[in-house]
Amino acid sequence: MISREEFRQISASGVWHQNTSLVQILGLCPLLAVTTNLVNGVMLSLATILVMAIANVAVAALRNLIPHEIRIPVFILIVAALVTVVDLVFNAQFHELYLVLGIFIPLIVTNCIVLARVEAFANKNPPLQSACDGIFMGVGMLWTLALLGGLRELIGGGTLFSGIDMVFPGLSPLQLLPADYPGFLLAILPPGAFILLGCLIAWKNWVDARAAARQAGRGHDQTPPLAITGRI
Amino acid sequence: MDFSTPPYVLGETSVRRVMLQVLLGLLPGIAAYVWLVGASIVLQLAMATLAALTGEALMLWLRGRPLRLFLSDGSAIVTAWLIALTFPPLAPWWLIVVGTLCAIVVAKHLYGGLGQNPFNPAMIAFAVCIVSFPALMSQWPVLGLKLSLDEQFKLIAGLAPRIDVMSGATPLDALKTALKLGEGSVDVPTLLATQDVFGNFAGRGWEWVSSGYLLGGLWLWQRKIISWHAPLGFLGGLSLLAAALWMWSPQQFASPLFHLFSGGSLLGAFFIVTDPVSGCTTTRGKLIFGFSVGVLAYTIRVFGGYPDGVAFAVLLLNLCVPLIDMYTQPPIFGMKNEP
Repeated sequence: MISREEFRQISASGVWHQNTSLVQILGLCPLLAVTTNLVNGVMLSLATILVMAIANVAVAALRNLIPHEIRIPVFILIVAALVTVVDLVFNAQFHELYLVLGIFIPLIVTNCIVLARVEAFANKNPPLQSACDGIFMGVGMLWTLALLGGLRELIGGGTLFSGIDMVFPGLSPLQLLPADYPGFLLAILPPGAFILLGCLIAWKNWVDARAAARQAGRGHDQTPPLAITGRI
Repeated sequence: MDFSTPPYVLGETSVRRVMLQVLLGLLPGIAAYVWLVGASIVLQLAMATLAALTGEALMLWLRGRPLRLFLSDGSAIVTAWLIALTFPPLAPWWLIVVGTLCAIVVAKHLYGGLGQNPFNPAMIAFAVCIVSFPALMSQWPVLGLKLSLDEQFKLIAGLAPRIDVMSGATPLDALKTALKLGEGSVDVPTLLATQDVFGNFAGRGWEWVSSGYLLGGLWLWQRKIISWHAPLGFLGGLSLLAAALWMWSPQQFASPLFHLFSGGSLLGAFFIVTDPVSGCTTTRGKLIFGFSVGVLAYTIRVFGGYPDGVAFAVLLLNLCVPLIDMYTQPPIFGMKNEP
């Protein structure tokens, strides 16, 4: 079973403290290539979440049976099998999107986030905790990629949710900026992803630093005044 | 390097003085530019300056730095003027504002402000805009196009439609396109002699703007604001490669003189590669840095897809500056000539 405290810790570290894109800076290749719009980023993250959750459970369940020396090939084999399933599902359900995401779905196998969670967490923890870890690490990746994809799309082309019709055929993308917006192409190109990711990392560090400062300030009020040292 | 023993007389150089003289050095080129295209360039210079000072003030305020000290040092104005001089003079107002803000906010202040930027901010502005808005960045006014002040203002403000007739190419671009379209049936000497866009020894009119930069640059050198190493390296690298190819096949390649007075060569040689922050600091390093920028600029300009290669060459070599500096350290006095 999983305790409340454990769940809170796993979810917080996945979504914020150990965020795959902003703290661990893992999986930059799909991040650069796929987040040209929000929908692509979200869909690739969903595929990764699916793979990570199941791979973590599978590895956690088998962790006592896998010989330590050949654990990496075994992990990769499990992940590859799952990715093949996801790849076929995407091809069948969202064929157009599948063509857009292209090589990046099969490449989830080599995504270091998946292998890192399997190796660092699932290999040492029971299945339930590992499932939570896989899902919340994925959620951390999901919101970062969605934010980055949304920003790049908005700055680069002035739209949001372009390509949504590939997932939900009835919906159409939003044109947020005026139609004669010239489009800031750099945001769509890989350097734009690097620059915006840098800005997001800076923003996260700034939020953390402010929270830490507030914490320290609160702690300071409880400590006895320094004047005590003056009384000899 | 020569050193003397103390005591020293306190010099009068300051960032502000240096920057003011660099601005003065740009004036001959600007004067020729105004004569060539009219008042639009002055408007671009003014907009760039305003955008640079606004961006600088905003970033200084965000970073909690003294506003007056840094705003009055003139470094932002130098960046702004260099940006304005590399952008098409009739480009819409927002283009130069976006470019200048990228230079000041991203390339300068996000890296730590004055003296900390690894990349030349003006060249970042050019690179960002030519990658993002290639069409607008290659619309240069056709020479001889006489527009009234009002028409120029309307074009820049985006109030008038941008008619294609007004958009020419730079001499470099014109030469490259003509050669590509001709596919071997045209040769450089006839093109230079027949096409109207080419003048006495480079692009018509632009050759005098470049001469203005040369004049201003030589004045800066004479005032000891810049040293001769980086400009000589740059011009040497550019013209050596140009001369080699020109001598090999004068039908296919323009003369070194044409390349020296075209595009951003002379502006780059005296005002860009001499940047004390993003360029090399050792004398040998400056020579190597300038030379490599020259060779690379020529390569990108002639064989690449962009109209000019100076910006990309400078940015690529900015990346190599720490390495070049490391290998060209002068020996410490009294030590053996080994690192």
